[in-house]
Amino acid sequence: MTRSYLAKNVQSLQPSGIRKFFDLASKMDNVISLGVGEPDFVTPWNVIEASYHSLEQGYTAYTANAGLLELREEISSYLSKEFSLSYQADNQILVTVGASQAIDLALRSVLEPGDEVVVVEPSFVSYSPAVTLAGGKAISLSASAENEFKIQAEQLEEVITTKTKAIVLCSPNNPTGTVLNRKELEQIAAVVEKHDVLVISDEIYAELSFEEKAMSIASIPGMAERTIVVSGFSKAFAMTGWRLGYACGPVEIIDAMTKIHQYTMMCAPTMAQYGALEALRNGMESVENMKMSYRQRRNYVVNALNEMGLSCHVPGGAFYVFPSIKETGMSSEEFAQRLLEEERVAVVPGHVFGESGEGYIRCSYATSIKQLGVALQRMARFVEKHRISDRDIEVTNQQ
Amino acid sequence: MKQKEIELLKLLEKNGRLETETISKMLNMPPKEIEELITKLENEQKILGYSTLIDWSSVYEYEGVAALIDVKVTPVRGVGFDKIASRIYRFPEVKAVYLMSGSYDLSVSVEGKTMMEVSRFVSDKLSTLDTVVSTTTHFILKKYKHDGIIFDDESDDDKRIMVTP
Repeated sequence: MTRSYLAKNVQSLQPSGIRKFFDLASKMDNVISLGVGEPDFVTPWNVIEASYHSLEQGYTAYTANAGLLELREEISSYLSKEFSLSYQADNQILVTVGASQAIDLALRSVLEPGDEVVVVEPSFVSYSPAVTLAGGKAISLSASAENEFKIQAEQLEEVITTKTKAIVLCSPNNPTGTVLNRKELEQIAAVVEKHDVLVISDEIYAELSFEEKAMSIASIPGMAERTIVVSGFSKAFAMTGWRLGYACGPVEIIDAMTKIHQYTMMCAPTMAQYGALEALRNGMESVENMKMSYRQRRNYVVNALNEMGLSCHVPGGAFYVFPSIKETGMSSEEFAQRLLEEERVAVVPGHVFGESGEGYIRCSYATSIKQLGVALQRMARFVEKHRISDRDIEVTNQQ
Repeated sequence: MKQKEIELLKLLEKNGRLETETISKMLNMPPKEIEELITKLENEQKILGYSTLIDWSSVYEYEGVAALIDVKVTPVRGVGFDKIASRIYRFPEVKAVYLMSGSYDLSVSVEGKTMMEVSRFVSDKLSTLDTVVSTTTHFILKKYKHDGIIFDDESDDDKRIMVTP
């Protein structure tokens, strides 16, 4: 037996629970997927066209490590105008390969072995593994359904120790769609400031907030110096495959992140950067149109779910709803698997986003109304068939 | 309310067959209110009709041609272009008439069974009108996109993978 060449921390990582459903669903025919974490829209044509043009003009070489200065300037003024954030283009913004890389760079720049990072769950599946890979220790903090999956300041206070280096926040949230408002962010900020902790704020869904404009925690006075804002073009501009994101933060941290980026990635794809430039300059109308469509679909899905008896809060943003499936008495995993097998609808079981997601499923509504209609009809039939009647509950209680 | 009205109109403009039940869920309004609002918009002539976009070129048994005609006219004192426009748009073969800026005055869209039929309309009916100075007829060879809909759109199929985080 030869020795294993694998690093221990990589070996210890569990494959994402999402993988299993992907494998199952992709082997079946006639599946409607509400399991997709990306827009159903194709990138706005003007963006594609601008990227074509850049290629035709021969812009095929590396850019500066931190990204095209022109793009960073555009990001700077965009963030200032839309989210009241103030970042210098020349030393506070780093253009990355998707927001995912920005998160990885942020964690690697700040973590030392043994440092703890609080990850608010249910959360995007990559945060905790990224913490582990960066040598840190992820501490899960469960936001509960009663609070619409909003983390409470007291809860945060309880898990922070002297080893806590950072907290990862995501609002509007994947998978719950929850948006934190000013007051809630201020309460979190107060705790964070008190304990001198850094915030890694994933704001990739910031543009997709339906009721009120999403707020960045970095815009709260005193927070910019302890926040790394991570965002990108994937969701609002429908550019997932372009792999283009960015990070903004204190000069020292962005400088460190750029150092790692320089040695490991060189720069983000050039043609994607030219596309992003056009997206910021002339893409907002497309974003608004897509946003309106998401909002209508959200209403549609929430109404349909409530009608079939799956209760869910009205998510303020992103393109997910996170209904409870406790009505059926099934675990998330069983529900998702049987729904797929019996009705050919793919959803993501809530537990893959963290323990507190158990008893819930994530449904993405980044799918046409027509498809949503069929999927929800199938789901209603499934729920009707498997709903625990009052009698069943009595029997269970007696046992 | 105004905002909801515009949203409703945009939805119906894209898909006139969208069911009330569906719209009701999308706009968070009771079905009855949606029905009433649609009736109101119809009565106010904001909704003028419901049509279906058909790619006739894919219907083999159907033959038809369409043309866009640039028409130069002499405006008439007092009524401007409106009177001559109404003389033209009343012909059933005329599908659309627009008053244009630029080198000609009216843009007239005409449909007929054959090129001959359209030509005859131009020479017999249109160019013989008193105020018409000249006409230039352009036959449409192929429709790529109409009313925001791309014909033969391959980019429509979902290219995403089934389940992603």
